[in-house]
Amino acid sequence: MRRELVIVGGGPAGMAAALAARAAGVRDVLLLERDSCLGGILNQCIHPGFGLHYFKQELTGPEYAGRFADLVRQDPGIEVSLNSFVSKLDGSLELSYLRPGALVDVKAGAVILATGCRERTREMITIPGMRPAGVFPAGLAQKMVNIEGWLPGTEAVIAGSGDIGLIMARRLTLEGVKVKAVVEIKPEPSGLARNVAQCLDDFGIPLYLRHRISFIHGADRVSKVTVSRVAENGSDEPGSSFDIACDTVLVSVGLIPENELLEMAGGAVDRRNNTPVSAGVNLTSVPGLFACGNAFKVYDLADSVTADSALAGRLAAEYLGASPSPEEPV
Amino acid sequence: MKRVITCISCPKGCRLEIEADGKAFVSVSGNKCPRGAEYARRETEAPLRVLTTCVLTRGLDIKMLPVRTSGPIPLERLAEAAAAVRRLTVTTPVKAGAVVAADLLGLGVDLVACRRAGKP
Repeated sequence: MRRELVIVGGGPAGMAAALAARAAGVRDVLLLERDSCLGGILNQCIHPGFGLHYFKQELTGPEYAGRFADLVRQDPGIEVSLNSFVSKLDGSLELSYLRPGALVDVKAGAVILATGCRERTREMITIPGMRPAGVFPAGLAQKMVNIEGWLPGTEAVIAGSGDIGLIMARRLTLEGVKVKAVVEIKPEPSGLARNVAQCLDDFGIPLYLRHRISFIHGADRVSKVTVSRVAENGSDEPGSSFDIACDTVLVSVGLIPENELLEMAGGAVDRRNNTPVSAGVNLTSVPGLFACGNAFKVYDLADSVTADSALAGRLAAEYLGASPSPEEPV
Repeated sequence: MKRVITCISCPKGCRLEIEADGKAFVSVSGNKCPRGAEYARRETEAPLRVLTTCVLTRGLDIKMLPVRTSGPIPLERLAEAAAAVRRLTVTTPVKAGAVVAADLLGLGVDLVACRRAGKP
């Protein structure tokens, strides 16, 4: 099957790219999403703070995603395929995707990767200690609470002060979990100042800067963590350690762009941060293959993802030689 | 009395220096827009927050329905309001924007669905 433009990922980046490509004259867009609905990670970001730039209005993640999902669904030139996972992509833009009951082969004129990020894990920052249950990446815990309706535990300590960790400190508190501390190795929080204010200060949750979790204790389940103050030279200050009893540790230490498909297609990937080696915004080293949103670089704001991903849609349209046609309203 | 807080009105997170006499707002500096001044005044008199949380569903295509209050509520009642929402269950399809619970805890705000939930 031949398709003009295939977009992998139906989150804010993929939806913005699809709409912009259509507006720029692309007639046939196939939008592939591995989840059962559009919206991507925004569906689990139930907190407000989205849309202030783009809509001049403060929206929650699901509301922000919903506005774009409505536009995408109304567009007859965009075919959305849900529960669809791309398993193969090569440098000539031939790809295969799995959807329930079928493996579909497509030859695309252009491809935009809007595959987002995955989370950095405990292993990547090497927190010493035992290997009990109860240690979760913060975004996974967010999905458990907001999508599945499970609580990860009853008393939590959060390692790292990224925005997802701060947001989860508040979220767990509102669900009745006792969040005992956020521990950040750097001298300043990594998340936005407003999130420190509204997620920690509002609830009296202590933030330990220049501290790290130096040991996770627990046989089957986390029982406590040891927290130590970090000296200028990076080692633990002698005598500074103290224990916090908890059954859950959330790890919020950043995101890594998910670019396996780009690698599979022979595209160059910068090993330091897993981003595409690129001559410009949204470009990759493979002609006709573009990347946008958090797959291109890690963004702080969904609004910026939307704005930059629209550019990817226009770049793909230009590559395909499309031009906006007056008789086709978009 | 001087107090320094971070404005939460937008991602800029301005550092606001507030001059106040107890709960009586006097002046603010450090804000880069008028919303910061308004936030400083409100934060001094009575802090307000929008509550966002989820409601359990039964028999619908999503397990948890994200919801928000239609307007801000007093910060000190946030935990109480979240606990009240935990006791709710949604069993019929709703559209985004639909009222899930009217006048939550008598606070004068409704609980509103942030996305649709339909039959599975």
